[in-house]
Amino acid sequence: MKIVVAVKRVPITGGKMVLTEDEQAIQTRHLGFTISPHEECGVEEAVRIVEAQGGEVVVLTLGPAEAEDQLRESMALGADRAIHLVSDEEWDAQATASALVDALTSEQPFDLLVFGNESADAGNYQVGIRVAYALDLPVVTGLKGLTVADGRVRCEQEVPGGRDVYDVPLPAVVTVKEGLNLPRYPSVPAKLRANRKPVDARPVERPTSKLEKLRLVVPEGQGKQAEILGHGPDAAPAVVEVMQKLGVA
Amino acid sequence: MNVLVLVEDDGELSLQAVALAQQLGTATAVRFDGAYAPAAWASELAGRGWDALVGPGTDRGNEVLAHVAAQLDLPFAANVTHVRGDDVTRQRWGGTLLEEARVHSERKLLTSAPFAFTPVTGPPQVETVTPELGDAVRVVEHIAPDTGGKVSLADAKVVVSGGRGVGSSEGFAIIEELAALLDGAVGCSRVVTSAGWRPHTDQVGQTGTKVSPDLYIACGISGATQHIAGCKGAKKLLAINADPEATIFAHADYAVIGDLHEIVPAISAELRKARPT
Repeated sequence: MKIVVAVKRVPITGGKMVLTEDEQAIQTRHLGFTISPHEECGVEEAVRIVEAQGGEVVVLTLGPAEAEDQLRESMALGADRAIHLVSDEEWDAQATASALVDALTSEQPFDLLVFGNESADAGNYQVGIRVAYALDLPVVTGLKGLTVADGRVRCEQEVPGGRDVYDVPLPAVVTVKEGLNLPRYPSVPAKLRANRKPVDARPVERPTSKLEKLRLVVPEGQGKQAEILGHGPDAAPAVVEVMQKLGVA
Repeated sequence: MNVLVLVEDDGELSLQAVALAQQLGTATAVRFDGAYAPAAWASELAGRGWDALVGPGTDRGNEVLAHVAAQLDLPFAANVTHVRGDDVTRQRWGGTLLEEARVHSERKLLTSAPFAFTPVTGPPQVETVTPELGDAVRVVEHIAPDTGGKVSLADAKVVVSGGRGVGSSEGFAIIEELAALLDGAVGCSRVVTSAGWRPHTDQVGQTGTKVSPDLYIACGISGATQHIAGCKGAKKLLAINADPEATIFAHADYAVIGDLHEIVPAISAELRKARPT
């Protein structure tokens, strides 16, 4: 079983969005970074499958030099090696998919290709689907459950009112959501091992964006003036009064 | 401009998509019959003549339009809040940040961000299509959730949510008690599910459930953008937090400052008192 997982480095945004002066990015000077949450579950799931069935997990990213941290985090979770397409610029979804396809060609044949349903930052909802078409593979998205057996993958997709089930042959592309599993905390030895695992870094040139980012804007409404109902338990009657006014109590 | 709009059966978000489509030009609406099969639905849509194809910013809307984008190799702007000519404003970070972008394509693919457009009144005329599925990937089974008879997080009129401030799995007893008194659902922040105090199905946030209750009660939740992305659809937000500087208060309509472990039981007691027994 060979599984490739695509991950993205994103900032941990905390409470407030602050932009850089040119309005092209979030000010990240004081922020940490992480693997986009859906994808962290993707790595965990791939590692669990390979732990149970044998094989290899390859993790793939397109991002700046610093995104190596997220590749190392993925390898601390249990991925075996990494491919890093290195670019400091932000790529649109179409160009990202195309670069990933180029990198994946040399990794074929694989059994499963895992993406996050959408990245935490850009939220384009399409990279995995585009890659599936380019490689002529079936794709199922938004998975909260996934079982690989007998050359097929049973996919449980979260929908309003339950789960829809798909059953597709391997090789296949799946996109997953947080909640699929609870990713492990890597042990110290696992982190040390991750530092020795191979990262294949390849510089890539960004093509022209067809969906071109002009600027970012922090939406209004992050600065409401809340009505203070009180301090401590003495506020309870005022709270119940509000509930009655809203018709919920 | 000739605009085709994909609608789903579940109403409001689709009517918002129709509103966006009508802003762009003359809109025709299509819905699909039978098993959900995104690639097959997309092929049907891709084969039609349109200048713009619009869908609702739902999981399925975004998925089907991404399939169309892949089939036709066109750019696709998901979760759009405004359109001006070739420029769109779209949501990033679950709507806690916006991006202004230019679409470099004659043919446009857009989904409408939930609640960004006023839905059209009255259902538009909708053509129902039964697509040729062939061997396309499709839904083969549906599993209904086991909610244990409780109201679901997504449908609840009141959501009582706990964050790091609740302190432990056991600490949620008082959150559950208040939620039960209000016929509401229990929610939580991402910190809580990562700590294993509650299942991920209770998580409200960008990567959890997005809720839109009449009242959202945030207890001991600091107000990270991850969480705000999930609860900003609430009509009213009451924040209970010991830290008067907590970011959550900047998103709240009502605030109570203090220890949730004292305040939440006091509210429950007051509710019981206010009710005829």
